[in-house]
Amino acid sequence: MNTLSILNLLAGLILAPLLPGIINRTKAVFAGRHGQPVLQTYFDIFKLLRKGAVYSRTTSWVFRLSPVIGLAAVIAAMTLLPALSAPAPVSFAGDLILFAYCFGLLRFFLVAAALDTGSAFEGMGASREVQFSALAEPALLLGLAALARATGSLSLTGIFSASAGPSAGPALALVSAALFIVFLAENARIPVDDPNTHLELTMIHEVMVLDYSGPDFAIILYTSSLKMWALGALLVNVLFSFLPLHGPAAVACVAGSMILLSVLVGIVESIMARLSLLKVPQLLAGAVAISVLALTLVLRFTS
Amino acid sequence: MSLLLLPLIIFFAGALLQMVFGRRVAVVRVAGPAITVAGALAGLIPVIRAFGGKSVTASLPWSMPFGSFSVEMDGLSALFALPILVICALAAVYGSEYLKSFEGKKNLAGFWFFFNVLAGSMLLVVTARNAILFLLAWEVMSLSSFFLVIFESEQEHARRAGWTYLVATHIGTAFLLVLFCMLGAQAGTLDFSGFSAAGMAPKFLSAAFLLAVIGFGTKAGFMPMHVWLPEAHPAAPSHVSAVMSGVMIKTGIYGLLRVLTHLGTPPAWWGWVLVAIGAASGILGIVFALSQHDIKRLLAYSSVENVGIITAGIGIGMLGMSYGNDAMMLLGFAGALLHVLNHSIFKSLLFLGAGSVLHAAATREIDRLGGLMKRTPFTGAAFLAGSVAICGLPPLNGFLGEFMIYLGSFKALTGSAAACPAAGVVVIAALALIGGLAAVCFTKAFGMIFLGEPRSDAAAHAHECGPAMRIPMLVLAALCVAVGLAGPFIPKLLIPAVQVLAGRQMTDGNFFAPTERLLTNISLFATGVLALSALLLVLRTRLLRNKPVSESVTWDCGYAAPTARMQYTASSYADPVVRLFKLFLQTRRKFVSPKGLFPEKSSFSSATPDFYRERMYRPAFNATEKFLTRFQWLQHGRLNLYILCIMVTLIVILVWKLR
Amino acid sequence: MIILLDTLLVTLILTGFLLLGSSRLGASIRISALQGIMTGLLPLALEHGDLFSYVSLLGVAVIGLKGYVFPRLLFSALRESDTSREVQPFVGYMASLFFGILFLMGSFWLDTRLNLPVHSSSDLLVPVAFSLMSCGLFLIVARRTAMSQVIGYLVLENGIYCFGLAVVSGMPLLLELGVLMDIFVAVFVMGIAIYHINREFDHIDADRLSALKG
Repeated sequence: MNTLSILNLLAGLILAPLLPGIINRTKAVFAGRHGQPVLQTYFDIFKLLRKGAVYSRTTSWVFRLSPVIGLAAVIAAMTLLPALSAPAPVSFAGDLILFAYCFGLLRFFLVAAALDTGSAFEGMGASREVQFSALAEPALLLGLAALARATGSLSLTGIFSASAGPSAGPALALVSAALFIVFLAENARIPVDDPNTHLELTMIHEVMVLDYSGPDFAIILYTSSLKMWALGALLVNVLFSFLPLHGPAAVACVAGSMILLSVLVGIVESIMARLSLLKVPQLLAGAVAISVLALTLVLRFTS
Repeated sequence: MSLLLLPLIIFFAGALLQMVFGRRVAVVRVAGPAITVAGALAGLIPVIRAFGGKSVTASLPWSMPFGSFSVEMDGLSALFALPILVICALAAVYGSEYLKSFEGKKNLAGFWFFFNVLAGSMLLVVTARNAILFLLAWEVMSLSSFFLVIFESEQEHARRAGWTYLVATHIGTAFLLVLFCMLGAQAGTLDFSGFSAAGMAPKFLSAAFLLAVIGFGTKAGFMPMHVWLPEAHPAAPSHVSAVMSGVMIKTGIYGLLRVLTHLGTPPAWWGWVLVAIGAASGILGIVFALSQHDIKRLLAYSSVENVGIITAGIGIGMLGMSYGNDAMMLLGFAGALLHVLNHSIFKSLLFLGAGSVLHAAATREIDRLGGLMKRTPFTGAAFLAGSVAICGLPPLNGFLGEFMIYLGSFKALTGSAAACPAAGVVVIAALALIGGLAAVCFTKAFGMIFLGEPRSDAAAHAHECGPAMRIPMLVLAALCVAVGLAGPFIPKLLIPAVQVLAGRQMTDGNFFAPTERLLTNISLFATGVLALSALLLVLRTRLLRNKPVSESVTWDCGYAAPTARMQYTASSYADPVVRLFKLFLQTRRKFVSPKGLFPEKSSFSSATPDFYRERMYRPAFNATEKFLTRFQWLQHGRLNLYILCIMVTLIVILVWKLR
Repeated sequence: MIILLDTLLVTLILTGFLLLGSSRLGASIRISALQGIMTGLLPLALEHGDLFSYVSLLGVAVIGLKGYVFPRLLFSALRESDTSREVQPFVGYMASLFFGILFLMGSFWLDTRLNLPVHSSSDLLVPVAFSLMSCGLFLIVARRTAMSQVIGYLVLENGIYCFGLAVVSGMPLLLELGVLMDIFVAVFVMGIAIYHINREFDHIDADRLSALKG
């Protein structure tokens, strides 16, 4: 653990709520609108933190505990993330599995909280969330396995500080593609979920948190942006792992690329329609197939 | 010498004495569980000695031909004996209250007799060192658990479940009989110490391996030999289900491992067989589990899934052994063994929780429950801990075992000594999919039973159980957390067993050091997650202080009169995933759609029968029955003719032998 | 050059996956056209930039045929038949993708087992060829419409072409031309047949063609 890794973690914790703002601004520009301020998520979070809360009578302590555990899980996952060659605060062999499972913990409690409200809509959202993430998980882990094979390291820090060599280029591109699909699905973006939809029936992530208010909702919003940052940073790390950057430059590169990534997401959201819910599993199965293909390629190249 | 015999004596003699002398209800209520607890405490002593590296042996004179009453508690036995003793004791405490409603209606003295015999025979199975003794204990274990399954024999489903169980377990035992006869004939003795792979033909060894996989796999619940499991486990009283699902099926894993230690270095394809069985059992087990409506059936199928994970771990370990990759072998075996321990903890916890739900609301149908968290808060919290643990999520214990198996598979994939990457890929993909599906299954089980509004009157008027049922659940839930945080101490439990499996002493400290560091890291990380959660919880509470906090209804989209029946049901929750796997599940849906302008009645029901039972066993058994009815003329009921048949057979054999 | 070649080959596999997962006939035709162009580019990437050899000429011919002529024919057949634009699978898309993954792993396994005398700079070429062939066969078996079956044949032919590239040094010109001719005739006949069947019976379901027998 050194200052650089702390700097990297802090950059994530502080800048993460910027991402939804940038996505929304990009979409606004595409639609010819002025759009909300880029810092809107910060404003929302601070406003909510100052408010009281309203709880449903149906809910139990699980509903009140869930946001806290979710936030702890996602912060824990972020401590495992390096920025290119700058090491992560925590790193050991196999931490990539832990990284994936931290999101599992977040999801479990988010879903439990949604079911705790007893609302049909939130149950529906929860059902879709677990279905899609059950398919996204193999794609994520197989993609990580491909990276581990290409670099011969079992920790995220080791993977991104080692160079995979040019022959792994197509495989890395495939892993990036799979991770991008996982990124979109896990963060409830188009084409999997539309964060701006107005009908509870069609939402996935948004409907699960309908009943939260006040500080709890602030925690949920912050958790969502952190999750976007964590999975996005993973993707950025894969994309730019060939750059020989060191020290603060690496941290700056990752942070800067995160902004580019959110612009990209904004563009995708502006030019694509959302997939029908029945088609989403196909998309995710496609991501699994791409991961397997990447894995097959690296198995050939490094054997 | 009496150190190891003492618990066996307590279990068997205690059971017998209590059956003979203590048939009064008030005596049975105390004596039955007391015997189990006493036996378990006595049994812990040799277990602890074995973990210390000193195996405990004992032998008695026994006049059985080829048999010898020799028992031994070594590292591998101790690892399986530990959960047997702990879970049996906790289940017995739980049962002392759970069975109160049956007092006066049922023969409880008989129940406790079979329960204690089951506990004793399981201990004997994992310590026996002679094939005859082993098979005898195995049979006693099967029969005593059969009588526990048909405890509620006035109900038809319990009788049918017991019948299925009896048939399945004996088919399995038949394979074991052949296996031990083969090994014994080759070695010239039926003592385990005499079995040795040296000098045996590879084909012979492979045949023995396959026999062991089928015979022990039937008990362990390998797919497709699992069909008895979802029938028998739900039929038994809940604390018996906890024992059966938590520890009894593990004796199958134990038997497989014990036989493997006598078969030498395995060829790679053995490992592949186990990896394939493990992946298939794991994925299909959890898929079947999430399509169930009955909480105990769901838990039984999830046992098939967890046995699959364990088997995949053993497969990875064996592949590591045959390719000479020590890290892979160590992680595979140790992960599998750790998962054996963990599964016995959380699966028993969940079954006890299910029993408490059944006790509270008198139904096992998930779709009739709901909102129990407010009515039975204690059970709810315990069930939550079990659910998080069984999904393999950090910071609880379930993650540790799965993590080690994952890492073993990654070792198969990376590094200079990479061996058999394809197996690694299969296991990683399977574990990831299982992890995702387990989250679906257990958010469904926990969420639909304990959260939301009650879906029936029975659930609305549920009541919490008493202290004797709470304490075992509390202990198990605490163990879920404790094992998750006890990473540095776990290798001490696993190392003796792994040494037995590897067939060599690994005194080299460097060999286990990486694993120890690894588990320490995970536990530190888990502690961090818990501490961070606690910190954030305090922050959140401070933020809400002096702020208006009010209660209202759940957001109802403007619809003014929502009822509890409008909640999402467990069936609809799982339906999208069930449809993804329709190839295997073949769920039958009956839907009467509402008709007309003022629709009156409509209904929906779905059921998922076991694919293998319907498509494989039923046709096979029907065909067998059809074939055998041709010989029914032999069954004429005249005793003298039967005796004639026996005599003729004997004479024919005699003549043939003396020819 | 190896990166270019590998990228082409990986794209070929991806187009195979896309075909297995796509539900619209129009999209399938476009993807198969893309796949045809990719296979046409393969010899160019293999032959170290000798752009004016007859190999490259053949590549251009393949691109023209598979990338332009066949898709045009198929699209016109699709327009004229005026039936459902769905591929109507016997095996669902998810399951098809799963089979695709299995085929891919099987192809790599087969490649290590066969030990072919390969004259190629990339060891990916043969597995890709096997994987395309099995994808094509699967599409023929598992899809209902005659149109998807034609696309399956095209994918199969692409696989054979890749295999030829890998195994025969130089160019299996004769073989390639023969196969191309077959496919060309197949597409032609199929186009006419679909048009006529459709005019007579209002549908192009291949499984309902069995109603024609005696």
